[in-house]
Amino acid sequence: MIEAKNINFYYGDFHALKDINIKMDVNSVTAFIGPSGCGKSTFLRLFNRMNDLIDKTRITGECIVQGENIYDKSIQVDQLRKKVGMVFQKPNPFPKSIFENVAYGLRVNDMGDKKIIAERVEESLIAAALWDEVKDKLKKSAFELSGGQQQRLCIARALAVSPSILLMDEPASSLDPISTSKIEELIHNLKKDYTIVIVTHNMQQAARISDMTGFFMMGELVEFSETKKMFLNPEKKETQNYITGRFG
Amino acid sequence: MKHTQREMESLKEEVKQMWRLVISQLEKAKQSFINNDIELALEIMSRERRVDAFELKIDSDCENYIALYSPVAIDLRLTLSLMKINNTLERIGDFAAGVARHVLDDDCKKVEAKLIEELQIERMFDMLMGMLSDGFVALESENTRISGKILAKDDEVDKIYHNAIDILSDYLPKNPSYTRCGLKLLLLIRKLERIGDHCSNIVEEIVFYVDAKVLKHSGDKISKT
Repeated sequence: MIEAKNINFYYGDFHALKDINIKMDVNSVTAFIGPSGCGKSTFLRLFNRMNDLIDKTRITGECIVQGENIYDKSIQVDQLRKKVGMVFQKPNPFPKSIFENVAYGLRVNDMGDKKIIAERVEESLIAAALWDEVKDKLKKSAFELSGGQQQRLCIARALAVSPSILLMDEPASSLDPISTSKIEELIHNLKKDYTIVIVTHNMQQAARISDMTGFFMMGELVEFSETKKMFLNPEKKETQNYITGRFG
Repeated sequence: MKHTQREMESLKEEVKQMWRLVISQLEKAKQSFINNDIELALEIMSRERRVDAFELKIDSDCENYIALYSPVAIDLRLTLSLMKINNTLERIGDFAAGVARHVLDDDCKKVEAKLIEELQIERMFDMLMGMLSDGFVALESENTRISGKILAKDDEVDKIYHNAIDILSDYLPKNPSYTRCGLKLLLLIRKLERIGDHCSNIVEEIVFYVDAKVLKHSGDKISKT
């Protein structure tokens, strides 16, 4: 279970998230939608403390991951990020080989010998539905892969350190429909082993892949409900106006 | 208004045009039956092709709207409802043409006026046109408060139909020369009863569109509206 309790977040004086309360189930896909600047990515990044890297930010409330408030002073951020992986909008492979990209997290965290790392790299590439395409060129540069393959490589890299939660910030927004479809299929398959939280501007994508959807507007979580309900009969007028394109 | 909404409005407008045509077909069917007006019956038969053309055009426009605009929420419910209302209106149009065929049928010309009155066929027509018009207003105003009244009228129409079976069961053995005609008359009344069911289906679609409630197969629908 991932839970946010009375979360308020500030960039300096700007109140970016306002009193957010939400519970996300284990082994589910939760999608966050909303107009640009509504706070959905800020909220997503809270769960592996990516916002800590930004100056003059402040948070109140609790972010609970696996029973612990991850903003507690006792929490080690490096350990947290092993549990909570992240995939970004643009594929960002390291300037290394395909193999080394996936092995990177294992090596820096000292997670096993050469044999174990090789096994884990293969498992991660299989889980990311990339193994068949790269198994014969693992030593090639990651930059030789297509955009869609690079994004799946980044997912494999995130999976390699065995997280239980995967945060995805518009993971398919820079990809063509075929690569997008592969990422969506992958998300669907990963759900059985991981809890996935995704931010997307593509509402049809949210509808296709998520179990639950949250709609953010101006820093508030306007509505959080079952995806089917959200797209057939949303509770709030604001949600309906946004998803039907009447917003603004 | 955004262009997606304009597209949706024009789709709705097309359905309303078809609806007006079907109400007019039913009104003409009533007049044609009551007055045994052959010319009017022929006009209904001819205008039935326009109802069919509307159905094909609206089906195609709904498919295009779904393919191009991926509607969700109230837009999705409206598109799905319009598709079903379109098909239902076409069926009602068929029944109106069925009444016209009855008027043109030589077997059906020798019914006693008193029997027609007793069977309450004119009242049935009036109730059906009321249901269809009220449904139109419900869609136009996106207000489902009237739906209970429409569904209650369908129950009345059903009663008239069942009553007609009793009346004809009694009448025909006493007037065997009318048997063929009487059976055809019962088929006509059955058609009108089916129109009532279709009007109820239309109401269910409007409730689904406006209130996101599913009334289909839900028992006491009137209390749920």
